[in-house]
Amino acid sequence: MKIFITLFTSILLFSGLAFAETPEDKGLAIAKEDDRRDNGFQDFTANMVMLLKNRQGEESVRHIRNKTLEVEGDGDKSISIFDRPRDIKGTALLNFTHKTGTDDQWLYLPALKRVKRISSANKSGSFMGSEFAYEDVTSQEVEKYSYKWIRDEDHEGEKCFVFERYPVYKNSGYTRQVVWLDQKEYKILKIEFYDRKNAPLKTLKQSKFKQYLDKYWYPEEMHMKNHQTGKSTLLTWTKYKFKNGLKDKDFNKNSLKRAR
Amino acid sequence: MPFVKPYRVGWILLFVLAVLALFRPPVKVFAHEISGFVTGEVRLFQNEALFPGQSNQSASFALQPEYYHEFESGSSFTFVPFLRVDSGDQERTHFDIRELTYLWLQEDYELRVGVRKVFWGTTEVLHLIDIINQNDQVENIDTEDKLGQPMINVSFFRDWGTLDIFMMPFFRERTFQGVGGRLRSATPIDDDRVQYESAAEEWHSDWAMRYSHTFGDLDIGLSQFIGTNREPTLLNGTDSSGNAIKIPRYDQIKQTSVDASYVVGEWLWKLESLYRTGQGNENYFAWTGGFEYTFTRIFNSAIDFGVIGEWMFDTREERATTAFENDIATGLRLAINDAASTEALLGWVQDLDTSARFLFLEASRRFGDNWLLTAELRAFLNQPMEDLLFDLRDDEIMQIELAYYF
Repeated sequence: MKIFITLFTSILLFSGLAFAETPEDKGLAIAKEDDRRDNGFQDFTANMVMLLKNRQGEESVRHIRNKTLEVEGDGDKSISIFDRPRDIKGTALLNFTHKTGTDDQWLYLPALKRVKRISSANKSGSFMGSEFAYEDVTSQEVEKYSYKWIRDEDHEGEKCFVFERYPVYKNSGYTRQVVWLDQKEYKILKIEFYDRKNAPLKTLKQSKFKQYLDKYWYPEEMHMKNHQTGKSTLLTWTKYKFKNGLKDKDFNKNSLKRAR
Repeated sequence: MPFVKPYRVGWILLFVLAVLALFRPPVKVFAHEISGFVTGEVRLFQNEALFPGQSNQSASFALQPEYYHEFESGSSFTFVPFLRVDSGDQERTHFDIRELTYLWLQEDYELRVGVRKVFWGTTEVLHLIDIINQNDQVENIDTEDKLGQPMINVSFFRDWGTLDIFMMPFFRERTFQGVGGRLRSATPIDDDRVQYESAAEEWHSDWAMRYSHTFGDLDIGLSQFIGTNREPTLLNGTDSSGNAIKIPRYDQIKQTSVDASYVVGEWLWKLESLYRTGQGNENYFAWTGGFEYTFTRIFNSAIDFGVIGEWMFDTREERATTAFENDIATGLRLAINDAASTEALLGWVQDLDTSARFLFLEASRRFGDNWLLTAELRAFLNQPMEDLLFDLRDDEIMQIELAYYF
């Protein structure tokens, strides 16, 4: 019986992929496949350097360490710890992403030794003064958007799916995002963001992809350019480490206080 | 000029020795890490000083390095001394150990031994239930600067929440502005003649227990404190030359408190409430609570704008030992979200029974990667004679601080 069910669902799934008729179905199928390929990493730690540039070319740097835990059936849990600038050293952000609805967020302020619950309802706010919004840096779940496949095209020598995704979330800062996803490895190479008035807002370009655990492709560089302000932010990721044996208890208000 | 009182040196040394003797560092993994800040500060007062000995401006310097070391097991050692030298107030020139802690990290509990700072609470203007640490009142009257508290603290983590037990073997006296300092009471406080209800005086063992947990959008904390009151009762006395002075007396109290925060969309609701017995001869309830609402990316810019509203109440009303016995606080918070992290908080605390009001503005901006410029303005307006802030009526202060973080 079990075999039949498995067989039956496989056929259904396969036919779903093969005979996706509407562009919406195809877009969703692509997003699901992308999500499937990203699953199973368990946890990772990585260092992140944020280089902020304004229109005049003045630069400012932030150093952040990140720990992420994969949660089965829900969004990831993560802690971001700030090392630089020095005046905010030790400030840390705990984030529980949920597949739908708002995330749970707590901020640790080291000078006061205070953990403060913060409202995450509006995810369109700037993350640490950068051109990345909270909704750009928290974990991307299939359920957060609806999808529509647009076309296939070559982008920087790689065959890509080009699809649009529309935030389900009403407080998003975007009406839509256009995503370039390479068909071979499912790497997101580029995203164009359109603001609430559907005007071009930002472009994200991801590069220097590396494969980890013979499976996961992560970019080392993420460059976000804001077309309306002329500002840009370059995120550089280093020291990716997977399967560190992190647990649930490493992601609570208490571990946030002693996160270093 | 002795800036550290001899008996303070005594306990500081005792704790340093105890911690060093107890914990011989195992094999180290992380490099010994040094960070911290050094800061210069200028305080300017708009009005002439009311009391003899006070000046209209002062300058000061402070240093707070931090040493941190983490062992392979995840256990760690932290040492944070603090020193301030002040031109205006001898009492403000002081040394303290903010932190000197060994943290033992175990699978389902954590043990911390040494000097630490612990914060309880949710509200922004009044930190009502926060009781573990003594106020370092000479630093700032906002009660956010604290003296290091010696303690043994065990934390247990279970599915049903976090349980913290604190044993505090030594009590820290509140610091008070000296005769030369502004922001003080008319009658100077003589803390060399301090009195205690307990015969053990500052060696009385204080205990506290706290349960905290998160239920979805609700964060809640229940706490019980039994021990030496952090807030002294001020008794009238005279010094050797017959001048009036105030003598701090520390009662034995019991405080039961609850604190909560609740997220509803863009609203953040907060509550702190306590019941205290043993302070003077009146048991009382007090609470503070309100909301914070943030408008994100106003005018399509990166700027966030927050509104804060909080009510503070104390059932002792006019007999209360706090100036916030029935007051409404309104605050506006601005975060520019630029590279310099420019921020400002404007606050207005209005007494609901009198015309007394208290205004404050705190603003900061970073320069380069290491410099932080902070400005604070505080004004005490329309204070009637019976208000606890009456003595500060001419102490409108502008404080400018430039700190270098390393």
